[in-house]
Amino acid sequence: MATLEVAGLEKSFGGVRAVQGVSFAVHPGEMLALIGPNGAGKSTCFNMLNGQLRPDAGTVRLLGREITGLAPRQVWRLGVGRTFQITATFGSMTVLENVQMALLSHHRRLGGLWRPVARLDAAPARALLGRLGMADQAERPCGILAYGDLKRVELAIALANEPKLLLMDEPTAGMAPQERVALMALTAEIARESGIAVLFTEHDMDVVFSHADRILVLDRGRLIAEGAPAAVRADPNVREVYLGSGAVTGAH
Amino acid sequence: MENLLLQALSGLASASSLFLVASGLTVIFGVSRVVNFAHGSLYMLGAYLAFTLVTQLPRGHLGFWGGVVGAAIIVGLIGVVVEVLLLRRIYRAPELFQLLATFGVVLIVQDLALMTWGAQDLLGPRAPGLRGSTEILGLRFPLYELFLIGVGPVVLGLLWLLFHRTRWGTLVRAATQDREMVGALGVNQRMLFTSVFFLGSLLAGLGGALQLPRESVNLHMDLSIITEAFVVVVVGGLGSLSGAALAALLIGELHAFGILVLPKITLVLVFLVMALVLVVRPHGLLGKPEAAARGGQGSAAPLIGPAPPALRRLGLAALAVAVLLPPFLGDYALSVLTEMAILVLFAASLHLIMGPGGMASFGHAAYFGLGAYGAALAGQWLGAPMLAGLALAPLAAGIFGLVFGFFCVRLSGVYAAMLTLAFAQIAWSVAFQWVELTGGDNGILGVWPDRWAAPKLVYYYLALVLCLGATLLLRRVIHAPFGYALRAQRDSTLRAEAIGIDAFRIRWLGFGLAAAAAGIAGGLFAYAKGSVFPTYMDIPRSVDALLMVLLGGVHTLSGPIVGALALTGLQEQLVRITDYWRLVLGSIIVLLVLFFPQGLAGAARARWEARHGDA
Repeated sequence: MATLEVAGLEKSFGGVRAVQGVSFAVHPGEMLALIGPNGAGKSTCFNMLNGQLRPDAGTVRLLGREITGLAPRQVWRLGVGRTFQITATFGSMTVLENVQMALLSHHRRLGGLWRPVARLDAAPARALLGRLGMADQAERPCGILAYGDLKRVELAIALANEPKLLLMDEPTAGMAPQERVALMALTAEIARESGIAVLFTEHDMDVVFSHADRILVLDRGRLIAEGAPAAVRADPNVREVYLGSGAVTGAH
Repeated sequence: MENLLLQALSGLASASSLFLVASGLTVIFGVSRVVNFAHGSLYMLGAYLAFTLVTQLPRGHLGFWGGVVGAAIIVGLIGVVVEVLLLRRIYRAPELFQLLATFGVVLIVQDLALMTWGAQDLLGPRAPGLRGSTEILGLRFPLYELFLIGVGPVVLGLLWLLFHRTRWGTLVRAATQDREMVGALGVNQRMLFTSVFFLGSLLAGLGGALQLPRESVNLHMDLSIITEAFVVVVVGGLGSLSGAALAALLIGELHAFGILVLPKITLVLVFLVMALVLVVRPHGLLGKPEAAARGGQGSAAPLIGPAPPALRRLGLAALAVAVLLPPFLGDYALSVLTEMAILVLFAASLHLIMGPGGMASFGHAAYFGLGAYGAALAGQWLGAPMLAGLALAPLAAGIFGLVFGFFCVRLSGVYAAMLTLAFAQIAWSVAFQWVELTGGDNGILGVWPDRWAAPKLVYYYLALVLCLGATLLLRRVIHAPFGYALRAQRDSTLRAEAIGIDAFRIRWLGFGLAAAAAGIAGGLFAYAKGSVFPTYMDIPRSVDALLMVLLGGVHTLSGPIVGALALTGLQEQLVRITDYWRLVLGSIIVLLVLFFPQGLAGAARARWEARHGDA
């Protein structure tokens, strides 16, 4: 069964139809990229999947269960991890504490009034950070972290509730080229190992074509192409949308 | 029927006066985003200056009207001085700091007025040509009231012309919508702000000066008008001139007819309406959501961790003094120390909301007072012994905290602060007006501790144990998952919701917990004083709590503790040394806000870190 099934998604802002009739599915262990020029509706699409926006029409199903219109925190409880285009972490906490918060929330222990956080879920949080190569940063405040490192913290937070689905909005934006490849390779590895379905948007075509198993192309709110990287690269519609940018060839 | 008409007319006259003051406040807020507590002081100064000018100038039309206009202009200039010396330097400070600084100005002006005009009420002359009354449907109605009814619409019309037909007015409207954009377009913001302050202050001064023939001039005019003006501005929508006009009309008529229909609850009625409007329309009747500030969010709050060894030693030393010294002290010193212990808990409870919670509360005294009244009423009506009363205090405060908090924690910033203020004023009004139950202004007397706790020393130790225990519990909570969840939703609501945290629920429970803790402090205070009064939950006490937290520093729990000790000690000393303690205290507040925007503990921490390298 598909992890995520989207059917006939629609969203308008005033007179602008940001997303029109978008349908697709993501399968366990699959890396699915959602690409398109600026303003194509990628972020709108994304925000409807985890409940930040309510779609005007269409359905979103997670493992066969309808989750359309649920609040973000309910969607998260059902096993959907999320990273943001502009990172959102708790700036007054350390890297470790950020991950602990996600674990404590997952274990429903946030109501605790007595035992200090320092002693709760620290070991699994450290293990998660080690997995993402952030172990040596564990005690640093998130507020002073480099942007690339924040992206890794977000991924660690997103993985804390053992998600079935990861939604990553521009996961490598703001990172150095070398870091990008390393992060996406790691994401792909974790996804395959744990059978997590990953849906990500991305501007860097190198990242897209080297890490996506399948690609969706969105233009002006509609899906114009879908398929394996080679097929999408050759698609005349896609070439037209990106005409002149040269991005589809992977050159910079 | 005729009676209703007259009532409606006198409602219009008050609405008109209210609008003058509120329009100045809302115009200033719209451009500078400063909630100016001192606006009421400018109003009071307008009345006093008009009194002096009108009585000094030759009698007649010129003397009277010249005096009124002259007073308004002088007040406008005083507003400019305040803006240039103080507010201009703190536009980027957090809202509550600005509120605090302007409250410092309130205190200073109160004592300056006391020095200049004395404590007695002053009665001004009546307006020449408008002394008599006219007949409306066979009933007499004062001409001056009729004149006031006309002033409001005329001023509204003039302001409308000013804002829509002049270049300056266009800039003011633009700045109200998007201050940064106006700055980016190369407008001289300093001049714009200063001139807006002149206009706003002038309107306040005019409002005050025009009261001269209506009521006596006294030193309480400032706080009584500022709460009403706040209500009008918030109900109308901050920054909205037409909203202020509409709300002034609503509140003015509500007052007029409230007295007729429900004389027992006139005070509550106004705040009830304000609370209702904010619940239904969180940005007031005609207000718009504020444009989110771009950048300039300031640095993130610091991490929390175990107290540094130096602070730990200092704390233990203070504790040793608090435990060992009292047996050698007299009754007076013991009462002061008891009060200090109680206020430490009061400040710590507010800290939970403001620091980790990131919420603004401008009415925290409500829960202190509800605790005190809970204990006192249980003693008076149920004959409950002290311990039962002390157990009931946090319960009463906590329950009301949950009820009020349910509405307050949905809002943010100034609106949240104003809604907490509204609920506090509702609680205060009930205590003040429900004389049968609470004794009204006379309070409830004879709230004494049980016999075993009657000696001052024993009661001191009881208060110390309970307050210290509760404060340490709050500290424990801050370090536990719940406290972290509070900070999580403060740091990033987006991320908090994305990891399953229900931000509303966390804020709500945090608010209730803080209220319950304040209730313990209030209950202890009631038995310490032997009585409870409505003043336990009035605005100055809420401001005291804010002072303690903000002056101490909001980021660590040590801040409010230091703040509580410093403020109580300071007030205690000042009252003994000088009659003009408000002047000194106000000046200290203003200077502290100007030079230690991080608070005392924050400044000490920064110095310590600078000396010992980054933590």
